[in-house]
Amino acid sequence: MYRIVRKERLADNIYLMDVEAKRVAKSCHPGQFVIVRIDEKGERIPLTICDYDRKEGRITIVFQTVGASTKMMAELKEGDSFRDFTGPLGCPSELTTMTEEDLKSRKILFVAGGVGTAPVYPQVKWLNEHGVKADCIIGARSGNLIILEEQMRQEAANVYITTDDGSRGFKGNVNDKIKELIENEHKTYDLVIAIGPLIMMKFVSILTKSYHIPTIVSMNPIMVDGTGMCGACRLSVGGKIKFACVDGPEFDGHLVDFDQAMKRQQMYMTEEGRAKLRKIEGDSFQGGCNLCNE
Amino acid sequence: MDMLKRVPVKEQDPKERAGNFKEVCLGYSEEEAIAEASRCLKCKNPRCQMGCPVNIDIPAFIKEVAERDLKNAYQIISRYSSLPAVCGRVCPQETQCEAKCIRGIKGEPVSIGKLERFVADWAMEHKIHPEAPKHKNGRKVAVIGSGPSGLTCAGDLAKDGFEVTIFEALHEPGGVLVYGIPEFRLPKERVVRKEIENVKSLGVKIETDVVVGKSVTIDELLTEEGFDAVFIGSGAGLPKFMGIPGENANGVFSANEYLTRSNLMKAYDDSYDTPIIAGKKVAVIGGGNVAMDAARTALRLGADVHIVYRRSEKELPARAEEVHHAKEEGIHFNLLTNPIKIHTDENGWVKGLRCVRMELGEPDASGRRRPNVIEGSDFMIEADTVIMALGTSPNPLIASTTEGLALNSHGCIIAKEEDGSTTKKAVYAGGDAVTGAATVILAMGAGKAAAKGIREYLLER
Repeated sequence: MYRIVRKERLADNIYLMDVEAKRVAKSCHPGQFVIVRIDEKGERIPLTICDYDRKEGRITIVFQTVGASTKMMAELKEGDSFRDFTGPLGCPSELTTMTEEDLKSRKILFVAGGVGTAPVYPQVKWLNEHGVKADCIIGARSGNLIILEEQMRQEAANVYITTDDGSRGFKGNVNDKIKELIENEHKTYDLVIAIGPLIMMKFVSILTKSYHIPTIVSMNPIMVDGTGMCGACRLSVGGKIKFACVDGPEFDGHLVDFDQAMKRQQMYMTEEGRAKLRKIEGDSFQGGCNLCNE
Repeated sequence: MDMLKRVPVKEQDPKERAGNFKEVCLGYSEEEAIAEASRCLKCKNPRCQMGCPVNIDIPAFIKEVAERDLKNAYQIISRYSSLPAVCGRVCPQETQCEAKCIRGIKGEPVSIGKLERFVADWAMEHKIHPEAPKHKNGRKVAVIGSGPSGLTCAGDLAKDGFEVTIFEALHEPGGVLVYGIPEFRLPKERVVRKEIENVKSLGVKIETDVVVGKSVTIDELLTEEGFDAVFIGSGAGLPKFMGIPGENANGVFSANEYLTRSNLMKAYDDSYDTPIIAGKKVAVIGGGNVAMDAARTALRLGADVHIVYRRSEKELPARAEEVHHAKEEGIHFNLLTNPIKIHTDENGWVKGLRCVRMELGEPDASGRRRPNVIEGSDFMIEADTVIMALGTSPNPLIASTTEGLALNSHGCIIAKEEDGSTTKKAVYAGGDAVTGAATVILAMGAGKAAAKGIREYLLER
């Protein structure tokens, strides 16, 4: 059993939890993920690691309630436990394998969309700990859905907030902001790391390709075991089949077949569920989670 | 009683069982078992025992059954095997012990598998457990993976007084016994969990949710966590795909995914949260036991199921019993047929399978006749779900994080057959991680050999 030691509501339907998981906390790196299970009958739910405390043996996870299982997760309280908490899974971020010299020579822009801000945070923090300050765009539909802004400001060189409705920061989507930074503010970047909804990562990748900026995206497709066993998470990357759980979750955004990934994301959705989500999520609708029986 | 014929075993009616997940074979009653045991010729030189990968003293346990001393029969089997209730159900006895039975020369061989199953089930019902070790020797062994090879290795070492911890990546111990083999062939609560409880009753600890290679490495187990030796029994869990167009379409699954959803996650039971797509018309590609398991699972979920296999019936790698059961239940067999493309609708869902007809040519390296395409024979099989059951290969996770552990060109760990030793000191391996996908009993044999190797290494050095 893995105890929840802290729970915080970050936005309307986004929650943060600190969970005791000694083995994971000892061995994890930015970019990796965990699989959790609430109880005996629960699904295996993949979640990216948002932060970790090796000394206390704790992992921070952030999740958005998108289906029945994440809603059940949101019902858990401090002191409750997860039945299972497995990890770290997947490969560490490419950044962690670069030499310090290489890192310091780079100008890195992170693009975080919605709850995707959570997996961006440990990478920005890790860079700061290694003497590199990156820029970070945090985008959301509306101001009340911006999360981890303060934490990010402590680790990044610049944090830019964008909202679709203009209720906070820059009015527009993250791509509008990237264009403005590069074309109007004459910023130069030689690496973009984009994590968020598939549709966002797709369009960021198209844009950065036109600027010839290498781009890394983090994929979070439907998954069962998370160790390479089932192949549910397979993607086309540069025309080859890759498993997000063991080959990723990070891939070259210019090579990922996003259209196929978006179709696969919808495999377990019912028509009713889709219609409901589309209404709730509006323009940022990207297919939701894999469980939508409501 | 006709001594040339077996006592038949009761099975659930095919029509009825096609709609449920309850066990197909109902097993012998005590009287039936005793009658079948009386057919054994008690050979002085028992060839059946030589046919058993874990070398069970088969005539000895059958003699006890014939004499109605079932407790003793169980203690004899459990000296050799940690998983008799499993083996009695899923071993290919027809090519092993039973293939060598002298009774089989003139008539039908003794039903050794069904007798083993009867004895093991009887022991479970009467809460008889294997004898626990009397003393500990103070040495610690880590076992990676709780499938057949890991459980066997752990059980044997624990009986010898070693302190054994099994590390399992999934949330439930059992490996392929829980994620792969379906409930209707191998009941999970009633059989697998109880066998695992028996292994634990020998003093074996099981830590689930630990992905060795990620959560902790083998070198850390040997240095920081104080283990004296490690056994790798991590299986062959990576699914293969064909590499044909349309394979990433919605509705195309690996058999591993389909079976894991149904078996491990219990998606067939509505009270569990994990979904499964039942499909109306399902095509299963492949002809092995896993293909039969996937096909029969889809059938029970309500689908019309077609097996698509490129060779003929004679070459089907599945056990004859499984093929027979599948046919009885109404699975269609499209033999000498090979898919070349998966067609999809406008939403990216499978709508059919383009296939070609095959004919058999000369034998290939595997000794089976090579299937060749009949030119111009393209045709469509309608399907909304496709399950790929093409075999699996070992997961590279452990090898890629363990320095000094050598692999062969198929990605299998190189280990000596006689003692399981690898190219790395204090590290042993066995089962599908070494051989590639094979059977439960061969993995158990390898776990047993490695336990002996580890014992010799730790106690005699």
